[in-house]
Amino acid sequence: MNIKDQASTVAEKEDSMWKQKEMINENYELLSTANERGQKVASTFVPGNINELLMCFDFARNFPETNALQNAMRKKSGGMIMEAEKSGHSEDVCTYVKADLGMMMKGNKGPTGLPMPDPDLLMLSYTGCFTFMKWFELVREQYPQCETAMLHVPYQADGNITKNMRDYVVKQLKEDIIPTMERVSGVKFDIDRLREYMIQSQKAEDDLVYVLQSAKNKPSPIDAYFGGVYYIGPIFTAFRGTTAATDYYATLRKEIEARVAAGLGPITPEGVMKEEKYRIVVEGPPNWTHFREFWKMFYDEGAVVVASTYTKVGGVYDNGFRHDPQNPLESLADYCLGCYTNLNLPARTDMLEKYIEDYQADGLLINSIKSCNSFSAGQLLMLREVEQRTGKPAAFIETDLVDPRYFSPANVKNRLESYFQMISQKRDRAA
Amino acid sequence: MECYIGIDLGSTTTKAVVMDEDYNVLGRGITNSRSNYDIAAGVAKHEALIDTRFMLFRNAMKNVAALGDKYEIFMDELERNFRLEQYLEQLIDLDETCTKASENTRYTEWGSDLTEALAGVFKRVALEAPDLFAPGAQRKSDFFRDIAGSQYSTISEEVAKEADTPFDVLLNIYDRSIIDVENRIYTETTNQNLMRALDRTLVNLPDLAPVADEVRTEVQKVLGIDLEETYVIGTGYGRARLPFSKDHIRSEILCHGLGAHIMYNDTRTVLDIGGQDTKAIQVDKDGIVESFQMNDRCAAGCGRYLGYIADEMNVGLHELGPIAMESTRKVRINSTCTVFAGAELRDRLSLGENRSDILAGLHRAIILRAMSILSRSGGVHDQFTFTGGVANNEAAVSALRELIKENYGDVTINIDPDSIYTGALGGSTFARRAVEGIPTEAVA
Ligand code: SF4
Repeated sequence: MNIKDQASTVAEKEDSMWKQKEMINENYELLSTANERGQKVASTFVPGNINELLMCFDFARNFPETNALQNAMRKKSGGMIMEAEKSGHSEDVCTYVKADLGMMMKGNKGPTGLPMPDPDLLMLSYTGCFTFMKWFELVREQYPQCETAMLHVPYQADGNITKNMRDYVVKQLKEDIIPTMERVSGVKFDIDRLREYMIQSQKAEDDLVYVLQSAKNKPSPIDAYFGGVYYIGPIFTAFRGTTAATDYYATLRKEIEARVAAGLGPITPEGVMKEEKYRIVVEGPPNWTHFREFWKMFYDEGAVVVASTYTKVGGVYDNGFRHDPQNPLESLADYCLGCYTNLNLPARTDMLEKYIEDYQADGLLINSIKSCNSFSAGQLLMLREVEQRTGKPAAFIETDLVDPRYFSPANVKNRLESYFQMISQKRDRAA
Repeated sequence: MECYIGIDLGSTTTKAVVMDEDYNVLGRGITNSRSNYDIAAGVAKHEALIDTRFMLFRNAMKNVAALGDKYEIFMDELERNFRLEQYLEQLIDLDETCTKASENTRYTEWGSDLTEALAGVFKRVALEAPDLFAPGAQRKSDFFRDIAGSQYSTISEEVAKEADTPFDVLLNIYDRSIIDVENRIYTETTNQNLMRALDRTLVNLPDLAPVADEVRTEVQKVLGIDLEETYVIGTGYGRARLPFSKDHIRSEILCHGLGAHIMYNDTRTVLDIGGQDTKAIQVDKDGIVESFQMNDRCAAGCGRYLGYIADEMNVGLHELGPIAMESTRKVRINSTCTVFAGAELRDRLSLGENRSDILAGLHRAIILRAMSILSRSGGVHDQFTFTGGVANNEAAVSALRELIKENYGDVTINIDPDSIYTGALGGSTFARRAVEGIPTEAVA
């Protein structure tokens, strides 16, 4: 690659990254002034978020998980978690919850330092994780005047979505969620507005899928985990359905197309990855407190993540699902029902197996998160099953989302290096 | 001759194994030096090379027919004398280092009394040295720090009384000096020490006078062999700190798996409980790692934990097992957490429970934790090999046997007394393979 190309790659990379950063900052700014401006605020969770619908009522959208992880990346979550523990929350409680509560206790300043608003609506889409419910119960204690709306999404116990399940979700949307939103916001529901947003969602989703699937190339132009968590940022949160998100994904797609054309590997914090030695599928959320350090353990060894399940928590799109302007409510239902956290273990296992095959991966790595039972339950069973079905080696590491005390660099590095060497040992023998 | 060396940098000790080109183990070395990984690796390697030299002596002496049934006595005498010479050499170094340290201005008020006292101490320590290495003499440890430290402290206490110099000043000087001494590697003088040891041996064994010349020639011949460090592989806890290139570093999981396979060819499951971590490894028929699990970030239930318990109970680490074996009643211990261990221990003692019962419970708790890591790695398959420092603890081994039988039925359990060298053994095998061109790493 000549110098000119190199310069343009860096510039392009900065384009989408910069855009995203701006979007996030803007949203925090918006949130910080929402109360005084009289804009209503909804808090909601990433999996199963019905962002387009919230937009129809002019809600500002606040995502507590994003706040927690943003705080963690800024090294602020540790103190928040301790604060929550001081007030009695046990060591075993999901650390996203504790970071969120701790943030409130410490004056409720968000990751960028701006004040967080009082919510007017707690919009709970219940997609598989029981913690979500408990979390909002605790938040509600802080804001007794705030309304809660619960969308109950049936678990995909049998691994598929039935008509009944879809109807049940749509019925709740019509009879409960929409009326509540109307009441809280004072805005009348307009289904055409929802359709408009969904046209945007669809475009962004197409581009996102292109980006994620670009990892099928060799070398992969992206890291679908460490880079992936940036790529899913806008679409999994307050921006799905906005033109800003659509623009972001169009830009991102162009950047990745250029990388594919140039045969480039992923961009890491230390520049373009030179040599792709290992192609890994990762299951489980990342660690946010030592994100860079964790990532480095991969790219230093030439390991690139080609597919991950975590980049599906806010929506599984690579199986063809798209938000559908023709059937807006039904597609919202399908979206919620299809979230990764709402899938049963066999479905998750199938997905991992398919990723290993489709992305020609060397094996499966599970990052088991100490405090997330939603992801962690059954992971070892999945590991054995995938190992057996694919014949590819698998490994297991343990960290936490946002509790810095649960990241032991030496331990994680040891396991990762062992795993990579194990792969090459097997590869050599096969050769 | 070509030597293939594996070095395992553990959290408490560093081990090295030297192998020849036919995969035969020639020598082993161990050190407890911890101040610096580089030095620890150097010391362990040096020790292993000395051990190798002795192996060559042994082989050479077997050819000296005239030695006859004196062979064993001769070799034993030679080794002990060599250790003595090594010890004396380090002692002189320690003496000089201490003397230098005593010149520091902070000690000026003790003046020449201090210099004399120090000289007196070292004179006596040196005088007592031969007894420490006499036939049948028991040493608690073979590490210089341990032997010299205990000698120095006993003798300087007496000297302090006589010479009117404060004991703590003498100890203080020792503490400042020992690390420096421990961190020096005496590669240059090994051969001289060996020759001196040989002289001593021939003096001590006058019967050998008739074959002395022949023996001397053989020893000289062996000393003339160049032990070439053909390929070195580093592994273990501190491997990343070694100034080795990536090609010379292997994960300890892979080294342990391979090492266990080399020791017991039919090994399928390996459990290693070391100071800082517990690893369960499944290997295939060639010693290639299939899967593994480790303890998470906390060292609960690892060797370190036993260390804390020993400190808490005020007994030596090696006494724990035997005390636990005296247990007659099962006590269930809940916590393998190092932080809570002390509290639980004191609680139970104050409740009147018996010390050996509590210790037996603690050992069982450690093994229960290991059992869970084992099952997470895929269970226990025949044959099962147990390695690491904790494998030398009889109470831990007995709890393990019981639980394996309970959960997995009859499984062959291998425990090698030298299992502490498993990782280094795997490392040296990788080193040999690397040169032989058997790929162990992708060279993509
Ligand atoms: S337990 Fe896991 S899925 Fe549930 S809220 Fe916490 S991090 Fe999210």
